[in-house]
Amino acid sequence: MGKTLFDKIWDGHVITDLGNGFVLLHIDRLLLHDMSGGKAMKEAIEKGYPPSQPRLIYGTPDHTMSTQPGRTEKTFAPGEPLILSMRETTSAYGIKLFDLGQDGQGIVHVMGPEQGLTLPGTTLVCGDSHTSTHGGMGALAFGIGSSELVHTIATQTMAQRKPKCFRATFEGKLQPGVTAKDMILHLIGDVGTAAGTGYAVEYAGSAVRALPVEARLTLCNLTIEMGARTGMVAPDDTTYEYLDGRDYAPKGAIWDRAVAHWRTLPSDPDAGFDREHTIDMANVAPQITWGTSPEHVIAVDRAIPDPSTGPEEKRAAWAAALQYQGLEPGKPIEGTPVDWVFIGSCTNSRISDLRAAAAIARGRHKADHVTAWVVPGSVRIKREAEAEGLDRVFLDAGFEWREPGCSMCLASNGERVPPGKRSVSTSNRNFVGRQGPGARTHLASPAMAAAAAIKGAIADVRKI
Amino acid sequence: MDKFTKVTGVATPLMRQNVDTDLIIRIERLVDNVGREGLGPYCFEQIRFKPDGSENPDCIFNQEPYREAPIILAAENFGCGSSREGAVWALKGFGIKTVIAPYFGDIFNNNCFQNGILPVALPIEEIEQLADEVKASPGNARITVDLENCVVVSPTGRTIAFQIDARRQHAMLNGLDDIAQTKSHQDKIEAWQSTDKTARPWVWL
Repeated sequence: MGKTLFDKIWDGHVITDLGNGFVLLHIDRLLLHDMSGGKAMKEAIEKGYPPSQPRLIYGTPDHTMSTQPGRTEKTFAPGEPLILSMRETTSAYGIKLFDLGQDGQGIVHVMGPEQGLTLPGTTLVCGDSHTSTHGGMGALAFGIGSSELVHTIATQTMAQRKPKCFRATFEGKLQPGVTAKDMILHLIGDVGTAAGTGYAVEYAGSAVRALPVEARLTLCNLTIEMGARTGMVAPDDTTYEYLDGRDYAPKGAIWDRAVAHWRTLPSDPDAGFDREHTIDMANVAPQITWGTSPEHVIAVDRAIPDPSTGPEEKRAAWAAALQYQGLEPGKPIEGTPVDWVFIGSCTNSRISDLRAAAAIARGRHKADHVTAWVVPGSVRIKREAEAEGLDRVFLDAGFEWREPGCSMCLASNGERVPPGKRSVSTSNRNFVGRQGPGARTHLASPAMAAAAAIKGAIADVRKI
Repeated sequence: MDKFTKVTGVATPLMRQNVDTDLIIRIERLVDNVGREGLGPYCFEQIRFKPDGSENPDCIFNQEPYREAPIILAAENFGCGSSREGAVWALKGFGIKTVIAPYFGDIFNNNCFQNGILPVALPIEEIEQLADEVKASPGNARITVDLENCVVVSPTGRTIAFQIDARRQHAMLNGLDDIAQTKSHQDKIEAWQSTDKTARPWVWL
């Protein structure tokens, strides 16, 4: 039987067999961010294990600074020590840091692909569960905890057990208003938040092949929301075109060698998967979450589910979610009044996301009662958007145009949706309190979020 | 890593699905400079406290005999979501030694083993039965989780076997240092890297 994309990358990185199903895996890229980067570096150094391969480690602050225009690390004071500690420890070992105010700074999962640091066929880890994003480039990328981070700094390896393989196939053409965000939300709704636990996911099929790289990053970003640590798309010409010429991408003869190697990576036609799920894109409409788990998702033209008609084992969770969200079962979700709109995060803050949101906002104005934020994913994206005039489109529509960072996705920098307020967000988690204590989150695509800001309520982007 | 051998105590029948790590510890507690030992008081704060900061009496963690319980009984997918190891540090600070659930978020599961907290996977029917036994005899019911023999002993004395990776079991019983273990393979790591620099020069910047 042939090998999967995952098998090929995994097998190519095994340093030694540790027994009992574990192997020691080489890690080609370690990305640091301010939330855990400086602390992990300090811990490694204090334990007597300084970074063993500092040239394979890169960092950027994203979690703990304000995204207010004109911000510095002091604007959100609680984050300053974390940023300083990251700066100090990376500089001591010559680790490249894309620091605040510098070209290249951005959300760590935006920065890697943008700089050409994330390469097909590589292993990449970061102390953040959305590291699966980088799988959109054909990398084997996964999130790790703080202790594992210290281990990777110290050894540039990880002791890992091989997961099983799950192939999610999307066939057909995307319907109007449907994006990669809708594809992955729909999949999670279909299979549930735990379907991928213990698996590596490969996204395949004609609809995935047709996606540009930025959309593939969005698709892979939410892999952890179906329980899998890693999700990936096989590299192809779309990947190589995106990567060619980026700052850290290989050049010249080495580029040609790299591409020749990358072309051997896609899953063999006779490769076996432990689980398969197929989605026909003809049946997928724009999605929006209604509850407090990413699996609580419906098409925007559907009614809010009634727990009494749901699967028995989920009724209690559905009822609790509706109570937290302040929603009535059986009512259409479209038209539910919204207070906040957040366009940003490692899921949906790239230039194509901002263009999609701007296309809806252009020539319109947000509803008076809505606060709408646009937080670009990186300094480069912000500049590119400004060069295209997207900042003016958003400002004229009454949106705020901010500095790059994670911001209101997880509210670790004090930027929160107020208690009881309802938000439509392009981020990745609608957990209880995720965007702030008592905040009610609905996940959707950038165009859907912009539409909600304009209408002042959850809206069907196809009707704008 | 910290050792774990055996724990006997009261178990809190939380029995909730998809307990995410945001619910276990809010992210801003990891920004505030309280340190990993200081997170216990904030564990599950969103359900333990009301918005005004007072205790929520409806929350099972605020009810006797569960206040000091070292064991949590939960439903599917405990510890899903964010990779934050602070969730495990918070549970530890809150006095939790082991969590029994049908399965766990993959990253949370790994983080537990790094901190001497044992995630025990059992079928939901077994956990529901454990919860029923606990509730039938509140105050007296004790559960034992024994890592050496890989068994859970229920309040009525039933013995339920669980499975665990032999490598992880050994590391936890002995409190082994992961990094030191990996460093013992340093020659193999260097040999692999040296070969790879020729095979894939584009990786080595």
